Amino acid sequence: MRLHGVRVPHRKNTAKMSPVRIPIPETVTIPMLMHIGKPAKVVVKKGDTVKVGQLIGEADGMLSSDVHASVSGTVLKIEQRLASGGQKVDCVTIRSDGKQELCEQISPPEVTDYKSFVNALKHSGIVGLGGAGFPTFVKLSVRDLSKIEAVIINAAECEPYITSDTRTIIDQKHSVLRGIEALQKYMNVKRFIVGIEKNKGEAIAVFRRIAARTKGVEIKVLPSIYPQGGEKVLIYHILKRIVPKKGHPLDVGAIVLNVTTLANIADFLQTGVPLVEKCITVDGSAIKNPQNVIAPIGTSLQYLAESAGGFRQEPAKVLYGGPMMGISVPSLEEPVLKNTNAVIYLNEKDASPPRTTPCISCGECIRHCPFRLDPREICRSYQRRDTEALAHLQVDICMECGCCSYVCPANRPLVQTNKLAKLLLRDARNQKKEAES
Amino acid sequence: MSQLTASVSPHLHRKRTTRTIMLDVIIALLPAAVASVVIFGWRSLAVIGVCIAGCVLSELCFEKLCKKEVTIGDLSAVVTGMLLAYNLPVSIPLWQATLGSVIAIVVVKQIFGGIGQNFANPAITARIVLMIAFSGSMTSWVFPHSSADVVSSATPLVAYAKNYVKEMPSYFQLLLGDHAGCLGETCALALLAGGVYLLIRRVISWHTPVFFIGTVALFSYLNGVDPLYQVLSGGLLLGAIFMATDYATSPHTKLGKVIFGIGCGLITVLIRFWGNLPEGVSFSILIMNIFTPYIQKLTRRKPLTGGGEL
Repeated sequence: MRLHGVRVPHRKNTAKMSPVRIPIPETVTIPMLMHIGKPAKVVVKKGDTVKVGQLIGEADGMLSSDVHASVSGTVLKIEQRLASGGQKVDCVTIRSDGKQELCEQISPPEVTDYKSFVNALKHSGIVGLGGAGFPTFVKLSVRDLSKIEAVIINAAECEPYITSDTRTIIDQKHSVLRGIEALQKYMNVKRFIVGIEKNKGEAIAVFRRIAARTKGVEIKVLPSIYPQGGEKVLIYHILKRIVPKKGHPLDVGAIVLNVTTLANIADFLQTGVPLVEKCITVDGSAIKNPQNVIAPIGTSLQYLAESAGGFRQEPAKVLYGGPMMGISVPSLEEPVLKNTNAVIYLNEKDASPPRTTPCISCGECIRHCPFRLDPREICRSYQRRDTEALAHLQVDICMECGCCSYVCPANRPLVQTNKLAKLLLRDARNQKKEAES
Repeated sequence: MSQLTASVSPHLHRKRTTRTIMLDVIIALLPAAVASVVIFGWRSLAVIGVCIAGCVLSELCFEKLCKKEVTIGDLSAVVTGMLLAYNLPVSIPLWQATLGSVIAIVVVKQIFGGIGQNFANPAITARIVLMIAFSGSMTSWVFPHSSADVVSSATPLVAYAKNYVKEMPSYFQLLLGDHAGCLGETCALALLAGGVYLLIRRVISWHTPVFFIGTVALFSYLNGVDPLYQVLSGGLLLGAIFMATDYATSPHTKLGKVIFGIGCGLITVLIRFWGNLPEGVSFSILIMNIFTPYIQKLTRRKPLTGGGEL
């Protein structure tokens, strides 16, 4: 059986385009929070000279990530900016000297076993590049390696427009292969399953060649139905197991790694250069020439678009990521982040949200929810702030994929309400806990 | 630099809106309108026009009076008007048709909160009210091709129940709609074509109509009655395809739709074979409308939480 989802337009205009390296921008602004967890602590100060790959932010605590300079130059300023999550985050602005000199301390890490592998990754700055930004060394820190039945390589790339993962597979196939080999060697992973949507023929062919000469690699070609790349959805379609609520993929024997994350792990092991640049799909109705680019982390979205050929129309809405789950940014000054796999620039027409009309009880939201939630009932319960009903409706398992809002003929803000309902439920539970203790 | 729009994802929406859905239903209802004009003459067009105008104007006036947002642009009132007209005999006095429209929109739809909030199908309920209030004009069937004077004749179901063999139409006549009945219910071919269109456009799912019609056919057969004749007569096709599939008043899940369809079918055969009325489709749908919230509750899918908890 298949989980429900929606057929979204593919719009993979850039699938055949190898990424082009953009000229180094004059300045980059690098936030200390580009991952899930605590922001990194700034370890440079204004006026410092930095080189590419140099540590500028140190991981703070268990769930955090190192941040590195993506250009060589001078630290221009350190200031707090509003991150998309709503909190203020330290950002380091570096003026590039144009030389892109590599930091002297960088050398391939010495990795001999699992412990040294995870330790090395701690300093790689690599986070989940599919979009979530979960620090990779934390994900790969597994107490009992025998619990890993399979590593699922997420190459689904189900959002419209985005092709950066596809390009990574095709243009960096050796990195992908070396990533698989590293995990086989250091984590003793026996089984790799590639989850990929069937609309990516060339990338599938690459994986077939990899599978032909590598033991333990399987390919699962999946229908192009959004949200195929959602972690729990992918696990279900590959292993037919449901990750329990509040549980982790490892509870069902799986680790899910985005394919670009895997390639980055391999590149880091080979060169020791941490995550400082990203392959990004630049597309959308406001963009003149959609293409894939390689840009230093911290590049402003204005510069990114200009160096990718500029605008066809004035952008009215700009997204980190695809149109289904992407986050709209407040201004073009915002930087490219570690987990930015695409920046979509929409024109006025595509930017304005459609008009909301009354619910006609068609049930489309219920029929398309991959997790079988009832967004309509959740909405009603939220409106009367009924946390008991919300708990019963299991709103907390909502992954916010947006299928419900996408299909709603009345254009009701369903996933938006789900998000608010999740927060309400969390607050209510915290209050209850506090009252009890 | 101009201000960027900030909004919550998704930033992409399916093109289908309430209005396009209603437009699809209107398109699906058009063949039956054409058939009704061919079979019953131009007066059927007048009845349809009066019902549509009555429904749209009632909605407009009610929403203006209550200072609500005017929703006639979603075309749902047009659909209700067409369906109500299809459920009336062609000879109905136009003031009765107008009254029916007001009942459908104001009493059944708007008082309960407007589109999506009503518990009963507006067209069906209005038809039942008219049937009880004006049983004379609601059962005076004009035989097709007859002169303008109302010549009462038997509908296929009445003919069958009373065993008027002479007045029983052939299968071919039933398919073409060349017999007495409500103006939109007689032409089986036109209704089936509309149903196929709605299925292709994915406006409705097959579950309710198939199980509704299937149940009537099965129990007709078990009761020793000609199933095909039963399926093609009366308001069954119109009800099963266009009214039992109404979003607001029928269940959302597949299983719920199956239960709803079987329930409608059972009540229809009960009324047709053992009740006092020759036809029971309207009552069956209304009764199942009332059961819908319970069916909905019983057939709600369990969220995929995994594990054993809750």
